[in-house]
Amino acid sequence: MAMKQSVGKRAGVTILAWVVAFLIFFPILWTFLTSFKSELDAIAMPPKFLFFNWTLENYAEVQQRSNYLHYAFNSIVLSIGANVVGLLIAVPAAWSMAFAPTKRTKDVLMWMLSTKMMPAVGVLVPIYLLFRDLHLLDSLWGIGLVLMLLNLPILIWMLYTYFKEIPVDILEAARMDGASLLNEILYVLTPMAVPGIASTMLLAIILSWNEAFWTLNLATSNAAPLTAFIASYSAPEGFFWAKLSAASTLAIAPILILGWFSQKQLVRGLTFGAVK
Amino acid sequence: MATQQTTTAGRVLVAPSVILLFAWMIVPLVMTLYFSFLRYSLLDAENWGVAGLQNYTAFLTDPNFLTALLNTLILVGSVLVISVCGGILVALLMDQPVFGQNVMRLMVIAPFFVMPTVSALVWKNLLMNPDSGLFAWIARSLGFSPIVWFTNWPMLSVIIVVSWEWLPFASLILLTALQSLDEEQKEAASLDGAGPISYFGYIVLPHIARAITVVILIETIFLLSVFAEIYVTTSGGPGVATTNIPFLVYKQALLNFDVGSASAGGIIAVILANIVAIFLMRIVGRNLEG
Repeated sequence: MAMKQSVGKRAGVTILAWVVAFLIFFPILWTFLTSFKSELDAIAMPPKFLFFNWTLENYAEVQQRSNYLHYAFNSIVLSIGANVVGLLIAVPAAWSMAFAPTKRTKDVLMWMLSTKMMPAVGVLVPIYLLFRDLHLLDSLWGIGLVLMLLNLPILIWMLYTYFKEIPVDILEAARMDGASLLNEILYVLTPMAVPGIASTMLLAIILSWNEAFWTLNLATSNAAPLTAFIASYSAPEGFFWAKLSAASTLAIAPILILGWFSQKQLVRGLTFGAVK
Repeated sequence: MATQQTTTAGRVLVAPSVILLFAWMIVPLVMTLYFSFLRYSLLDAENWGVAGLQNYTAFLTDPNFLTALLNTLILVGSVLVISVCGGILVALLMDQPVFGQNVMRLMVIAPFFVMPTVSALVWKNLLMNPDSGLFAWIARSLGFSPIVWFTNWPMLSVIIVVSWEWLPFASLILLTALQSLDEEQKEAASLDGAGPISYFGYIVLPHIARAITVVILIETIFLLSVFAEIYVTTSGGPGVATTNIPFLVYKQALLNFDVGSASAGGIIAVILANIVAIFLMRIVGRNLEG
């Protein structure tokens, strides 16, 4: 079909596709550009697109004024820590579901998926009260625990779909050779499943990084990650667009890059294997 | 294949996950249910008592609840229509053999990775601000007076922001589904002289129907709990114009400290989400068989 299309039509489709892609991407590009403007250039009318005095002072000021590094550190610790712990719990579970299924395995998997569908507001009140009484509000441990539990069903599901593709014979051969279960998982299964585990982790980290219900409600300052850092910019203080843009760029850049690397695996993870 | 030994091991290894998820969801949910029948305010915590169904009747007859329910449905419905229809168009475009397809793909998927607080604030300030936002400049250049987005069209503004966040998701999933369409089927259709519209209607649409269903269901689950975008832009206002159910429950619980009433709202949200969830589970479950 493609061959038969006329050159004109193909050029038209190409231009249209690029215009659409550009429009969708534009808000991010605009934020990026604005982050290098002075506050006056940021609100200039007509807008200055490329020809302004490029400056890095917003980045310095964002760090100085609202301590970006503190929040970035929390985001990194939370999103990596929570999911590493989650992985340690999820790998054995996914192993047993993929390689030692029982009659109830399917039901358990479905039940785990169903916990993802419970709206957060349904459990906000008890979790908030429990955390208050256990002194877990605004603590990295508390928020990390929540982020880990939020992702656990996704981790198990994705790992399960990857493990299913590994031939069980190989694991059984290792078992015949007298490998213990721990060795079987650590030295036989894990190396074969590295690509699957890596993309699972990537998606989980992205989801944790952007989680903005629990992090906003359970953290105020000490344990607050970048979602809360940006929310503190919601009350405008004089000219602040360039600084908002710098803060936003800093908050999304790391995960955008990770996301671009993982986009191929994303579909599978986000649809629980329903679309491959 | 599984021996007795591996079955036992399997049970042991699955146990931590099951116990944790049980503790995380079922236990608090039961607590929410329990609280929802209490008269319990954090401001007057000593003086609690049984409320029976009062919280529910109060919540359900509160005009704010009806507005919030309506807002939730409008938000979910509009974003679904925009992101699915837009997503089909974007996916069809990106499926064409165009120059720089990979770069284009990265540009289109990017908004999905932006954290909700950032998307909302960037749209509200840099783009939709009526004085010096980009849209105001475009409107003025074309001779219109700028729209005061978040004041005069608060719900529409929130819908636009949330649609921008979810359009990439729909596009990416639908593109993946499109790419699995058989080349032979495409050729057969063109040999049979199918025009673009009948080709789309009889070949493409049935092929991606399942993916569309999945997109709708997954988006619905997330859209039912949109929170951060409202929290940083309108705080549910003006009035209750952009208050959806999650935001209403948040307000009752953490701003008004009314545990009983917030819990009743939470239970109502759970029931709503479950209606959607049942359908999604059926589809995913069917996939598990194959």
